[in-house]
Amino acid sequence: MDLFKFTAEFQFVAHRRRAFILSGMLILISIVSIAVQGLKLGIDFTGGYLIEVGFDQAVQLDPIRSALGDAGYRDAQVQHFGQPNDVLIRIAPREGTSSAQLSDDVVALLGKSLELKPDLRRVEFVGPQVGHELRDKGGLALLLALMMILVYVAFRFEKRFALGAVAALIHDVTIVVGVFSLVRAEFDLPALGAILAVIGYSLNDTIVVFDRIRENFRRQRRGTVQEVTNDAINQTLSRTVMTSLTTLIVVLALLFLGGEAIFAFAFALTIGIVVGTYSSIFVASTLLLATGLSRQDMMPVQKENAGVDSRP
Amino acid sequence: MNRYPLWKYLLVLAILVVGAIYALPNVYGQAAAVQVSMSNGDLPDGIEHRVQDILDQNGLHAESMRRSQGTLLALFGDDGAQRKARGAIKDALGDQYVVALNLASAAPAWLRDLGGRPLNLGLDLRGGVHFLLEVDMKAALKASLEQKAGDIRRYLREQDIRYRGVTLEDQRIRVRFADAGERDKAVDALDGRYRDLNFDTEEGGSNPALVAQMTQKAAQDERDQALEQNITTLRNRVNELGIAEPVVQRQGQSRIVVQLPGVQDTTRAKEILGATATLEFRLVHGTPGDWQQAEQSGDVPYDARLYHRRNGQPVLLQRDVIVTGDQIEDAAASFDNRTGTPVVVVNLDSAGANHMQEVTAQHVGDQMAVVYIENKVHTKKINGKEVKERSRTEQVINVATIRDVLSHRFQIEGLGSQEARNLALLLRAGALSAPIEIVQERTIGPSLGQDNINQGFMSVVVGLALVLVLMALYYKAFGLVADMALLANIALIVAVLSGLQATLTLPGIAGIVLTVGMAVDANVLIYERIREELRAGNSVQSSIHAGYDKAFGTIADANITTLIAAVVLFSLGTGPVKGFAVTLSIGILTSMFTAIMGTRAIVNLVYGGRRLSRISI
Repeated sequence: MDLFKFTAEFQFVAHRRRAFILSGMLILISIVSIAVQGLKLGIDFTGGYLIEVGFDQAVQLDPIRSALGDAGYRDAQVQHFGQPNDVLIRIAPREGTSSAQLSDDVVALLGKSLELKPDLRRVEFVGPQVGHELRDKGGLALLLALMMILVYVAFRFEKRFALGAVAALIHDVTIVVGVFSLVRAEFDLPALGAILAVIGYSLNDTIVVFDRIRENFRRQRRGTVQEVTNDAINQTLSRTVMTSLTTLIVVLALLFLGGEAIFAFAFALTIGIVVGTYSSIFVASTLLLATGLSRQDMMPVQKENAGVDSRP
Repeated sequence: MNRYPLWKYLLVLAILVVGAIYALPNVYGQAAAVQVSMSNGDLPDGIEHRVQDILDQNGLHAESMRRSQGTLLALFGDDGAQRKARGAIKDALGDQYVVALNLASAAPAWLRDLGGRPLNLGLDLRGGVHFLLEVDMKAALKASLEQKAGDIRRYLREQDIRYRGVTLEDQRIRVRFADAGERDKAVDALDGRYRDLNFDTEEGGSNPALVAQMTQKAAQDERDQALEQNITTLRNRVNELGIAEPVVQRQGQSRIVVQLPGVQDTTRAKEILGATATLEFRLVHGTPGDWQQAEQSGDVPYDARLYHRRNGQPVLLQRDVIVTGDQIEDAAASFDNRTGTPVVVVNLDSAGANHMQEVTAQHVGDQMAVVYIENKVHTKKINGKEVKERSRTEQVINVATIRDVLSHRFQIEGLGSQEARNLALLLRAGALSAPIEIVQERTIGPSLGQDNINQGFMSVVVGLALVLVLMALYYKAFGLVADMALLANIALIVAVLSGLQATLTLPGIAGIVLTVGMAVDANVLIYERIREELRAGNSVQSSIHAGYDKAFGTIADANITTLIAAVVLFSLGTGPVKGFAVTLSIGILTSMFTAIMGTRAIVNLVYGGRRLSRISI
């Protein structure tokens, strides 16, 4: 069974203008959505309380809301979590209450007002200061990852490759964050972790294509830069699709079976893998062309590193 | 062509066997256990028999019992028996022993002797509490300066140097004098006596003054000490909870991580951890008449401060502190040897003991008070900025007459038995010198933990099964080889994690799942190359050879870049993301081995050196 019986000959490079338009629109929508709607940050980054309680039967949310409102938690967000037995309550950081006390108070309050015994499933509290630290640290980690990858790719390949790879990564990250903003999904620390994993994954894909481009330049004496690049994308296409498929399968298993606790994480990964696969086929290599890569750029590198790079 | 030398086959085999052994304890899993240890020191010989007797008397049966790292573990079949046994053993053995619920490896002895241990489950998988506590360093420094200020006052009096006042202002001690002459005398006297302080003279204003500031090193030492001391105190408090394997760890400059796995009663845990209190022993000033007068008129003598007792009555206490909470080593409710009445026995450290002796030697017959100080932290918004506000409530919890010169060990009498127990508890709690605040909390109930395990396990199994099927369908015989490598890879990841005694969390499981998806990438790359070579008309053997050879560089590049992302993830440093990064990194490394060397070994063994016209790929 082959996905593509013989080496596929799709004209990816020739259609790069369309890909650019599509990517440009996706990025524009993402940026507009982030600017207008903003990103629904989880308590990891904003600080606050998250309390999950389970009951042995389905419960209505309105009595819970009014009970919390009466007790002074007017800003509390109450929603079902996964199933009607589970309730998730979010409360902003408060003045004057000790952090440890609040969750106990809320659970006691729920038990009293609903006359059901709540099973405390999860409490998360993040102090506002820690929240800001995590946000800054997370942003820093993202930048750091991109920088280090830029350096590594520039070192292993050539600086234009590094630019192409990092541009593709920024493309992926922007769109994943944009989707989070668009569907108002909560962006928490695991989601940020997933984005870093997407960076790793998408880069993996891109590197495989780049590797092939470099190899082709050395083997094929004829052909324009466009042709060589297009061949490389086609030659690696069945690998790209196959690997994306296997990864997507397991990530979808996480998304549907992993439970609510890692939903945001699995969601970010799913979007990221789809976008990452698209970008490594349509964006990274064509961006590479846009940097004005020529055959000459590839040659000196080969000579210098002949010993190391003779292995394709 | 395509033959490995024997040693390579053996190497692959050896790594797989070692991996299998270290992964094996996870198959046996963990059993509910009761862990017995001494609160200080080693367990006595024959403790096994004692525990066995206790269990027999209560009609309980331990499946096995063994010693492990200075503790005794008794394994039970189910949680119910475990809980009953813990209650029975705790009651029978008494307070010297810490009797805790725990999970213990159910693997057979030979496996444990080889060092095989099952994975630790993270809080999100087994339930429990995670706290991040921040120590209030400003308060810690202030408390230390206050003590020094008291010392300076006393010393200047001893040296007959007259001063107008010693005050504390913003991390500095200011000593005011009537004239420069006295001040210079003080400089001579104080200089060299305090290595931790820098003294500066100050002329400005109406009075010449001396300003003392902590040296940078002293301040740093003080901070470290405050942190260490809080950690020690927290450990003691956590031990009171009777939880096995609690984690109390320093994080950075001013924070402490506390993890209490498997804790059921989170409210109590928070109460015990969250209380931030300090203590001071002070001499009582004047008579009850003076106290009332000071309360009514508001005129407080210069060397005294006005306090209130719990019932609201005023008390005047000396400004100088005799002993602070951090000098208390231990406090316990007990009964007096002779009279049999309830007392609280207090142990002081040597600095505290010296000072106590010095002061009480001159004040036998006078009264001494214990002041309990509670620190609360509120976060308030002022002009949109979050500002932490601290409030301090001070209460006199005990006034007692000094009967004798007190030193290292003394007792407080005249208490009811409940009162004695409360006072001892407060004294112990007050040993914490700097206030701490919970800045992050994660509590996972045990039911959610079980759900997380089930769901995580389910998604791994389903994802894995689908990938195995897909690979086998798409690459046929070679797909099956890749499947074997994938299974070996998971066993290796589990083995490495178990060997490192890493903690498996839900994101960690997600990392394994992602690895499953990505690990086949190496094989996909290789197999696609082999197909390409075959299509180009090369022979089977040379196609296999070229496929592995050419794909290697690509695989290495691709994996190293992913590894970079994983390492950055790890440095992000917080619990859940870290767990993911660890499993992802380990997965990348082990998959390089299984997907390249592992599959090559099988392929070489099956196809190598044979004349083949076609292969199933």
